[in-house]
Amino acid sequence: MIRRNGLALVAFLSLAQAAPAADPAPLAAEQIAKAIRSDTISIPSPGELFAALTKPGKPNWSTQYRPPIPSTFKNRAQIALNLGGLIADGFIAVEAQDSQQVKNTGGDIIKMARALGVSEKVLSRGNSINEFAEHNDWDVLQEELEATQNEVKSSMQSHSDQDLIILVSLGGWIRGTQVVSGVVAANFDARTAKVLRQPALVSYIRTKLNDMSPELREQALVKEISDQLANLEKLVEFPLGAAPTVEDVKKVNAAVSGLMQDIQSKGEAK
Amino acid sequence: MILLTRVTLCVCMFAAVSLRADTDSEVNARKNVYDLAGAFTNDGFKLRDGHWLGTLKTSEPAVVAVNLYSGNEYWFAASAGDDSRRVIVEVYDETGKPVAAERYDENNRSAAGFSPQNSGQYFVAVALANGDPTSVCLVYSYK
Repeated sequence: MIRRNGLALVAFLSLAQAAPAADPAPLAAEQIAKAIRSDTISIPSPGELFAALTKPGKPNWSTQYRPPIPSTFKNRAQIALNLGGLIADGFIAVEAQDSQQVKNTGGDIIKMARALGVSEKVLSRGNSINEFAEHNDWDVLQEELEATQNEVKSSMQSHSDQDLIILVSLGGWIRGTQVVSGVVAANFDARTAKVLRQPALVSYIRTKLNDMSPELREQALVKEISDQLANLEKLVEFPLGAAPTVEDVKKVNAAVSGLMQDIQSKGEAK
Repeated sequence: MILLTRVTLCVCMFAAVSLRADTDSEVNARKNVYDLAGAFTNDGFKLRDGHWLGTLKTSEPAVVAVNLYSGNEYWFAASAGDDSRRVIVEVYDETGKPVAAERYDENNRSAAGFSPQNSGQYFVAVALANGDPTSVCLVYSYK
């Protein structure tokens, strides 16, 4: 049914060209200020970022793997940040079409999620990830990874752990940006470098961090990341239409790599 | 097999997104929009596992902020829960200026597709063109 509709739609779109409607009026400043912003739709997934990177030519994704990280963190904020990073690692393994690496990362994600006491539903996602990896079902795996992340967030919501949700997204964004800035810096291409322009996204994440409970906000690791994000927001604020230089990209990479180091350092609980 | 796993995944996504009971209108809005978005996945687009769902009045469009990457192609799709309502999706850049987009409009479903020239924030406005307030669901796909 979906496939039939799809074919019909693609056929329709190939016939219908550009926008037939008259240009709508621009948005008012008030509409922009009051726009709906939410974790699930306003924060892009790591897969979305990686998709943009593959356009000029597919990078060698397997060179972007990192050594296994500790799975015995005791600090819940640190676990949430690392969980987001691991989900981004899952997307890297999918881009590399490496089923064993997907399974390994999927296992690490579930282990980390279990530490946060998430629901059984999340844990069953691990089996799905393995099954899809077994069948090299790469497109479905991308969706499954994001669904797993959202399931974790949903479970956090029901366990009154709302404040941790943004940390999962943040961990994924930092790891994704580390990989992308590293790839772009190593093989500079001005067009690809433009994907790093995301000041509004960093601003939104900072707002969400400021909304967290004072207790969580004052934890050393969270505070440090929050402070660094102010600097990072400036680093990804390239003028509209202009591409960053290789030096700009290297600065972004250094900043996010420093954050990743803090996030994955064992015995932190800063 | 792939089709079956996609459908299974969509069902799981429905189950994961909400912790309260949904109204018939909300369920219908989601069903319709995922049906439309499913068409894009057959053209290589990946569906985000996240959506905006709300009740719209004709006089008050919803404006949703999204952060997009240059180089990607996007389709934003919305549907009303009531089959007799008409929805319209428009995309705006970070300054609020309308963006030229390919369109698909059919009764209570609408979609707008484009490839951003610049990475950054964009706004997707979903408007209800007629009738009483009803549930509207917005999703997006990328490739």
